Amino acid sequence: MVTERGRIMLVPIKWLKEYVDFDITAEKLSEAMTLTGSNAEGISELGKDIHNVLVGRILDVAVHPNADKLVVCKVDIGDKILQVVTGAPNVKVGQLVPVAIDGALLPGGTRIKSGKLRGELSQGMLCSFQELRLDEYGEIDNGVDGIYVVDQEYLPGTDIKDALELSDEVIEFEITPNRPDCLSMLGIAREAAVTMGTRYRFPEILVKEISEKAEDVVRVIIEEPEMCFRYCARVVRDVKIEPSPRWMRRRLAAAGVRAINNIVDITNYCMLELGQPMHAFDLDKVADRTIIVRKAQKGETLITLDEQKRILTEDMLVIADPEKAIAMAGVMGGLNTEVTGETRDIILESAMFEGGNVRLTSKALGLRSEASSRFEKGIDIVNVERAIDRAAELIVKLGAGTVLEGKVDVSTLPLENRIIKVEWKRINSLLGLELEPCYISSILESLSFKNEIKGDWLEVIVPSFRLDVEGVVDLAEEVARIYGYDKIPMTLMEGSASKAMRTREQTLTDKAKNVLVAMGLFESITYSFVSPRVYEKIGFDIQDYPKSVIISNPLGEDQSAMRTTMIPSLLEVLSKNRNRSADECKIFEIGNVFTVDPENANGLPLEKLSLGIGKYGNRVDFYKLKGQVEVLLDAFGLLKEAEFIVSAHPSLHPGRTAMVKVEDQKLGIIGEVHPDICRNYGLDSGALIAELDFTLLLDIAKTEKYYTHLPKYPSVARDLAIVADKDILAADIETVIHQVGGSLLNEVKLFDIYEGKQIPQGKRSLAYSLSYLSMDRTLQDKDINPIHNKIIDALQTRFNAQLRK
Amino acid sequence: MGDRLNLIQQEALASIEQAKDSNVLEEIRIKYLGKKGELTQFLRGMGKLPPSERPIMGQLVNKTRRSIESALTRKNEAIERESLIKRLKDETIDVTLPGEKPQLGGLHPLTKVLNKITDIFFGMGFNVAEGPEVELDYYNFEALNIPKNHPARDTQDTFYINENVLLRTHTSPAQIRVMEQQQPPIKIIVPGRVYRSDAVDATHSPIFYQIEGLVIDKNITMGDLKGVLDIFIKRMFGERTRTRFRPHHFPFTEPSAEMDANCTACEGRGCRICSNTGWIEILGAGMVHPKVLEYGNIDPNDYTGFAFGMGLDRITNLVYGIDDIRLLYENDIRFLRQF
Repeated sequence: MVTERGRIMLVPIKWLKEYVDFDITAEKLSEAMTLTGSNAEGISELGKDIHNVLVGRILDVAVHPNADKLVVCKVDIGDKILQVVTGAPNVKVGQLVPVAIDGALLPGGTRIKSGKLRGELSQGMLCSFQELRLDEYGEIDNGVDGIYVVDQEYLPGTDIKDALELSDEVIEFEITPNRPDCLSMLGIAREAAVTMGTRYRFPEILVKEISEKAEDVVRVIIEEPEMCFRYCARVVRDVKIEPSPRWMRRRLAAAGVRAINNIVDITNYCMLELGQPMHAFDLDKVADRTIIVRKAQKGETLITLDEQKRILTEDMLVIADPEKAIAMAGVMGGLNTEVTGETRDIILESAMFEGGNVRLTSKALGLRSEASSRFEKGIDIVNVERAIDRAAELIVKLGAGTVLEGKVDVSTLPLENRIIKVEWKRINSLLGLELEPCYISSILESLSFKNEIKGDWLEVIVPSFRLDVEGVVDLAEEVARIYGYDKIPMTLMEGSASKAMRTREQTLTDKAKNVLVAMGLFESITYSFVSPRVYEKIGFDIQDYPKSVIISNPLGEDQSAMRTTMIPSLLEVLSKNRNRSADECKIFEIGNVFTVDPENANGLPLEKLSLGIGKYGNRVDFYKLKGQVEVLLDAFGLLKEAEFIVSAHPSLHPGRTAMVKVEDQKLGIIGEVHPDICRNYGLDSGALIAELDFTLLLDIAKTEKYYTHLPKYPSVARDLAIVADKDILAADIETVIHQVGGSLLNEVKLFDIYEGKQIPQGKRSLAYSLSYLSMDRTLQDKDINPIHNKIIDALQTRFNAQLRK
Repeated sequence: MGDRLNLIQQEALASIEQAKDSNVLEEIRIKYLGKKGELTQFLRGMGKLPPSERPIMGQLVNKTRRSIESALTRKNEAIERESLIKRLKDETIDVTLPGEKPQLGGLHPLTKVLNKITDIFFGMGFNVAEGPEVELDYYNFEALNIPKNHPARDTQDTFYINENVLLRTHTSPAQIRVMEQQQPPIKIIVPGRVYRSDAVDATHSPIFYQIEGLVIDKNITMGDLKGVLDIFIKRMFGERTRTRFRPHHFPFTEPSAEMDANCTACEGRGCRICSNTGWIEILGAGMVHPKVLEYGNIDPNDYTGFAFGMGLDRITNLVYGIDDIRLLYENDIRFLRQF
């Protein structure tokens, strides 16, 4: 299951309490809300790192007897008067300043202690803006070098955190993508109220307007009704740009938004409060005072507020005046209509744009903004109007301008209720509950879903902010999360007796792994992508590079091709272990390899399981690896059918490579790694690898076993030692022995190989033990001798092999 | 004659008693009981006796013979035992010297944990299915109710081969593939390798493993989902482990949930492993969305079901106390040997 990363909503407790009353702790609230679906990721405590810093009044400033740059102050902190030495140039008698007293804690972990400074007692420290890190609280740095001067009247001795309203707790909620309504204080307040079984309230909005009408000043034309569902505009005259008040800056800072100026802050504040992004245009810069919502023209450009020149395409939605584009709809405003210090009048925009288009535009421009991500997820069409009114109200309240009467409000979507009808019993049957219909109804009601029970049916009006709710299953989730997931009783479904069992492939795969482990190999698991250039490293000529499945957006070029063979993966593991100075490493891996499949109509590649074995170390050699492969083949019932044929492979030693074949099907390759390739991987010569087509192996494995009668008569053993040219293959000799030996020859075992002084150069002696057996009689010499002699003759004729005496 | 017989017997028994090895005993046997032995001679001499005495004397001779024979046997056994004891003593070895170990390899920890999980679900009647790693957009997203332009499809998360083909980002596509091939009842788990374009760090890997679960039948409830997963957790982490279900969101399930297990390291008191919450997030789950059932050609009016998906890497790390996901894919032999 894909878990999309949720978006974070920072919720300051003090702000939340404006909409809902509660006295439980932030911790209890987070726990409770997590269980109703708003996942609280953590709580941060603002002001936690400031301790014992008080408001003090400076009573006296005297010259430090021993230092030119220091002064000695007498500071009233309410219950006593302290002497504090400071180097700040701006201290004056009468000022209220933050005093860190003995034992105080400052941000960054600084502890303040009483002590002597150049011989004078200093019972604390006067603090600056930076020392208290007041910027983190949205406070404005007045730029004065020295002590922070408290600008309002407080009793000396007041905790600075109370005076400046620094303390707060902020809950960090991770909001799932289906609940964009919860990316607002209002949405969180609604959830908090339901969780705590109480009600939320939203302050009534009262806009003080002047008599001039907005509709006489500004016109709005929506040319793309499919991409813009609603557009509200208000006009504000005589704008006075200045910092917003402390309470607003505190709230914005606590919610993670930087304060800028009153107009920007108000739009941001409303966005956090209601979830509705807003924008302000400089009215004088909008030609003809006409807003047009249209598609961009081909090649049209716009310099956005971040001063980037954007080249637009015809599928992007823009806000324009009759002459030019002035904003990327729902993404970012244009520099040409930016609100500045000179701005007199503004147009406020609150709109609802189609999320898909906003997403495509912001993706195409590589420009994601707070606004765009909200439009993408969907906003509440009712809030479009509410938010612009709220902003207008705040503008008047903060003295930031005068608001014209009314607004221009163009809708392309009917503002009607969405009603769904469901059988309430299905809610119970899906959840495994037996809730009364009136109880279901009341839960939905508490979540703002007006509803009515009509017999078996429940008619529900979906609130405008719940775009995610479409049917009975969505309502079931609403009921379940408020009723409590934990109260749903655990049951086990009824059903027929279990039919579960491992498939043949699963059983055989387990078997293969167990056999390999029993032979001392460790299972490795490696990435399935490799560099497309890895084939050079494993010795392939460029014309032999296999056609790979290529990732179009890889993490890096070196991880952009799906592997077609297990060999690079194996060598990489050996190499890494060699680098770490492991004396030996013996590994295997069973995993998919991928080859382009032109036959597949959908364009999917062929995925095949590959079994790789790789090893290096003191006691490894070709024959041990071959033996392990043989044991594996034996476990799969294929040893008798398997052949090892002298072969070549670009990654392997030319004289130590065998192809593994079973009944004319190529199963894989085994051999010693070519010294050049070993060097490429930082390995000493002698590393070994095998790669088998595991999908084929699973397919042809012979798992059925049949009993053969045990022999009643003894077998007769005869040894046979021959001397033959060294380049005559043992496999060929054995084949002839078997052919000539016929049905009475039961078993042929090589028990000795000799090369050396007693034998002519270029030759070797091979000693076999032949076992003859008949199922119906005890064999006599007269039965065996002729066969045995025929074998000797045949070896002599075919290979010029001499019997060794 | 009886006296002589007595004398022979005493003599024989005494020399048997003194014999030190089986060769001497054999000599003694020949001396008394052999063809030319004293007792045989004695028997021959019996012909001179009057016939009436012969049976008595015969009995006596036989008695003597048996007595010597059994003394010989006893002594022989005693000598053999003694020499065995000596041999065993000589053969004593230092059993504390190290054994000659055949090298045993080992399964990868991911495989070991997967095997355990698979066994638990086999026990509950789940079959194991598989699906391709290179997957169609349709199965990975669209049929799972993740339409085009959905944020979860952002290229920053998904490796694409081309517009329609991608590396599966989860094992959930197998849900649709199984529904297409099989009518309910369906009860499967699907383990497999999945891909996300995450940069590598201690908790992220572009390749990792998931295990998908899917149950579809008539009358499947969310209670069943909880019941099955609770049993799984108890089998996996111990009978005392508790589970907690929280509302969550997945496009392809509704209602959706995340399941936590109480932290077994601190038993829920709060520790570093559970970031002091007492709970560890284990998996995502939910009731199969009706749209997904429809994509799988199953009528949502007749059938309901649940699905779940868990990260094998995460569970493996919990089981073994591994603190860095990268270790799972580095294949350091010193790491692999630990399991």
